[in-house]
Amino acid sequence: MIRTFSYIDVMYLVAAARWTLALTVTAFAGSAVLGLALALARIAPVAPLRWITAAYIHVVQGTPLLVWLFLIFFGLPLTGISVNPWIAAAVAFSIYGSAFLGEIWRGALISIARTQWEAGASLGLSLYEQLRHVIVPQSIRVAIPPTVGFLVQLIKNTSLAATIGFVELTREGQLTAAGTYKPFAVYITVAAIYFAMCFPLTQWSRSLERKLDVAR
Amino acid sequence: MKYGLQFRDVFAAWESILDGVLVTLFLSVCTMVGGLVIGVACAAARVYGPGWLKRLVGTYVEVVRNTPLLVQLFLIFFGLPSFGLRLDGLTAAIIALVINLGAYTTEIVRAGLQAVPKAQVEAGHSLGLSGLQVFRHVVMFPALKAMFPALASQFVLLMLATSVVSQISVQDLFHAASIVQSRTFRDFEVYTVIGVLYLGLAFAFRGLFAGIYYWAFVRR
Repeated sequence: MIRTFSYIDVMYLVAAARWTLALTVTAFAGSAVLGLALALARIAPVAPLRWITAAYIHVVQGTPLLVWLFLIFFGLPLTGISVNPWIAAAVAFSIYGSAFLGEIWRGALISIARTQWEAGASLGLSLYEQLRHVIVPQSIRVAIPPTVGFLVQLIKNTSLAATIGFVELTREGQLTAAGTYKPFAVYITVAAIYFAMCFPLTQWSRSLERKLDVAR
Repeated sequence: MKYGLQFRDVFAAWESILDGVLVTLFLSVCTMVGGLVIGVACAAARVYGPGWLKRLVGTYVEVVRNTPLLVQLFLIFFGLPSFGLRLDGLTAAIIALVINLGAYTTEIVRAGLQAVPKAQVEAGHSLGLSGLQVFRHVVMFPALKAMFPALASQFVLLMLATSVVSQISVQDLFHAASIVQSRTFRDFEVYTVIGVLYLGLAFAFRGLFAGIYYWAFVRR
């Protein structure tokens, strides 16, 4: 028997959105750790480190996220590591996200004038102390708006986890559409839920951009 | 368990993979052209149009940019038949991709148009140029130069994003990968090869755009 698309289905979709959010948070945490390391390595005074990380960023930004998802989901089991969709998605999104966050944060770090580093050095601060007390506090202001913007990209991109069977909002939408034969109503609802998650962040990112720019 | 990588079966299927590359290229180029046309039209409407049109375009941009491409694709491919509009996969894919890219290019082109200082436009008018002439001789060139890098990187991202059309069984490069994978069971090798091919395409497009930029803006 074909169900109708009713209130309860909408509630199921809303409930599935928490897996989208859970995946986003996990992926953001992974991207942030990797991305910070990348950003620092990209400005490190060690040339080979800069080359390797630049190559990593070029490769990741030049391949589709879907390839990473499938490579990890289907490829890693060959090495004997068993992977469920959760882990595969978290790893793939962390790799993908780190390349973008790494570039955003590198941009924020190098936007601080060279003289600020030198001022720190002339005060006798070590390289780490210069970074920690002089550069990072200033570059955070530059980094925050695009980081929030990146979060929107991440939320939207988690929809691709549906392709490896991770039941988040889009996958739940596919299942509901298959059960109710009301694909248009279902996907409009799914899109509306994504919009409700992303739009406030977009607006927030924009107002931060204005506010932090004015403060300059 | 030891696993030896074997690429031979993947390379044996080079014809399906090549077909996939061609479909991906076709999709990307169609979408870039369509997206640019929509982007320029919408940006012009957003900058020069009447209030209601500005709001309409603004809504379009916000809705598209805050929902995933995959959902937009499903909505058009699976949703529209409810209204009797049945599209084949390739058409649905191109429509969804153009709508998606159009929203991003609108923002880029708008920013480019607004980057031209107002005083220059006024200078053009005071020389007795018509609105169209000012646009053609004063606004267009610096605006194009300002927006080109952002457009180029958006286009490369779009080319990579076309891989999602495999989910409505359009036979693009990623779809070719799934076919070869199901035939050979060489998952890791297939996706590695496909990843390298996408990387090659991305580099080719970046090189092409860099060449166009140099030819159009630096050389003169």
